Amino acid sequence: MAELRVITFRPLNFGRWVIWGFTALLFALLPAFFSKGFALTLMSQMGIMIVFALSYNMLLGQSGMLSFGHAVYSGLGAFFAMHAMNRIAAGSLDWPISLLPLIAGLAGGFFGVIFGYLTTRKAGTPFAMITLGIGEMVFAASLMFPGFFGGEGGITGNRTAGPPLFGISSLTFGPQLQVYYLIAVWCVACMVAMFALTHTPLGRIANAVRDNPERAEFIGYNTQRVRWLMLILSSFFAGIAGGLTAINFEIVSAENVSAVRSGGVLLAAFIGGASFFFGPILGAIVFVFFSVALSEYTKAWQLYLGVFFVTLVMFAPGGLASLLLMNLRVMKFGKFKRLRDPYVGVLLTALTAALGTVMLIELTYHVTLDTGQGPVTRLFGIPMDTGAPGPWVLAAFVLLCGALAFEYYRRHFAECWSEIQIEIEDWIRDNPT
Amino acid sequence: MNALELTGVCKSFGRTEVIRGIDLAIPSGERHAIIGPNGAGKSTLFNLISGRFDVSSGTIRLNGQPITNRKPFEINRLGLARSFQITNIFHRLSVFENLRCAVLWSLGHRYAFWKNLNKLKDAEDRAEELLHRVGLRRRRDTLAGLLTYAEQRALEIGITIAGGASVILLDEPTAGMSRAESRRAVDMIRDVTQGRTLVMVEHDMGVVFGLADRISVVVYGQLIASGTPAEIRANAAVKEAYLGQHAEAT
Repeated sequence: MAELRVITFRPLNFGRWVIWGFTALLFALLPAFFSKGFALTLMSQMGIMIVFALSYNMLLGQSGMLSFGHAVYSGLGAFFAMHAMNRIAAGSLDWPISLLPLIAGLAGGFFGVIFGYLTTRKAGTPFAMITLGIGEMVFAASLMFPGFFGGEGGITGNRTAGPPLFGISSLTFGPQLQVYYLIAVWCVACMVAMFALTHTPLGRIANAVRDNPERAEFIGYNTQRVRWLMLILSSFFAGIAGGLTAINFEIVSAENVSAVRSGGVLLAAFIGGASFFFGPILGAIVFVFFSVALSEYTKAWQLYLGVFFVTLVMFAPGGLASLLLMNLRVMKFGKFKRLRDPYVGVLLTALTAALGTVMLIELTYHVTLDTGQGPVTRLFGIPMDTGAPGPWVLAAFVLLCGALAFEYYRRHFAECWSEIQIEIEDWIRDNPT
Repeated sequence: MNALELTGVCKSFGRTEVIRGIDLAIPSGERHAIIGPNGAGKSTLFNLISGRFDVSSGTIRLNGQPITNRKPFEINRLGLARSFQITNIFHRLSVFENLRCAVLWSLGHRYAFWKNLNKLKDAEDRAEELLHRVGLRRRRDTLAGLLTYAEQRALEIGITIAGGASVILLDEPTAGMSRAESRRAVDMIRDVTQGRTLVMVEHDMGVVFGLADRISVVVYGQLIASGTPAEIRANAAVKEAYLGQHAEAT
């Protein structure tokens, strides 16, 4: 029921154009504030992941299809884009680099037609299992046919080989900034297109099939057909994301169709919140932050991502988007003041527990992976001797205190929270629009 | 012409025979009630007609066309719609969206992903009209999952009639309702099935005798009587098998 409550609040209905305009402006202006090479890399990958995660959510959130093999479509799209890029470089294909994602999208969609025909005959768990199987199959095939997939090393290309954009000689997509803008344009276009799709007969019927496939059959819809069409469209957008990957990295390998990628996009969509259109956008940003930015600082980034994911699923199963909207709703009803103190308590104790966790993880990683560098590691700039019991005891103590205090404050918070939610629900019930 | 025609319809689950050779013809425009004790096979019969289950033998015709063992969505497109004994709606969509989804196919919008739903005036108007007819106007933007039970039943009927089907199957439309709710539901059903063929399974004899032009009695998967309410009331076999005990209970 918690999930049902959330969706009744939709502040995004006003000024859709304002929101899209603002989004586009944000994409355009970001490099002015984050112009460093690393920031550009990060933002480029976020843009790609946004498209990928949104395409995934066309299945998970909108059609109720849990896929474990979505990277098949983005990955195959990327391979086709890369081959096209090499043809362009060789002069045997006359096609602008900027439109490569379209080729990738069509390739993705084509495989959506073929594989989707098999997978979407079933829904629910059988669907999930078949996608897992197809994912493994394509991954295995990618290593079996080195001619097309390039074997272990993958295939590489040169994105600057094509004719410059609009005939302007400096627009060759050599600089990362130009690639960023190319990604930004595709990303905004795809976001708008995928959002528009949610407001079409097919998009709405997909929701109906998600909620109750049997009922959908009895109002005249072939649910297999609905799922198939949604999967084809979804793999088209996934293919576009793959094409952008090919341009961004100039290399595509078996890793692009792997289960790791498929799992990643599932994680991103879930972290952001599959019940909302914009959820996966948040999820993609957070996911790329973990996998690209955090991995610069620590080898344990995957562990942190895992812990973050588990925590989120436990305490906010609706994802970041639901968390955000629930709080906005509390604010709208002017009840946020009552949550302020509980929030401070919960956040401070959560931070303490997180600090303890980070210390433990980093110490352990140092002992198991970096033994060659001696027993002393630096945590937050403070040297710590992993050979001595001191840091370990401290870490465990901080974690324990934080976790216990967190549990105490969390209960208090949960009480306050549900009280407020019930008040709001009652008000809504008594004042139907 | 007959709206529905069942000839020798049988259904077995494994070795259990649930429906044992039913012949039934329901003329167009009739309001027909199917009654019988629990477990007699009434709901199974509905599931066979609407394509949810395949028949073991026999044929079913809808407006003269054979629909035996066709898929539910095909049967629906040929003009038959049904409701369910256990409420079967789209819980996470608003009441309005539930009804709009239900009108899309019949208005020819099908699987369109190039049309803006909010600009489809025909679908919107039809959904609004349905909202009004099933009395859920004030709940237009409420999520269907949050409606009261009686409201969900009304929505279910709204979804069922939305596509303009000529034959409507209602499976215990007033089950679990209070007397007042039930009375309102009967008025609503009478109104929305005007000019269509109605077949319903119902336990409440007040509802059955108030609505039905003809009644069929199913016992142990067989049709033991079919006739006007007066004929059924006077039928000795029916009295013995079903009505007697039931009349005492109510």
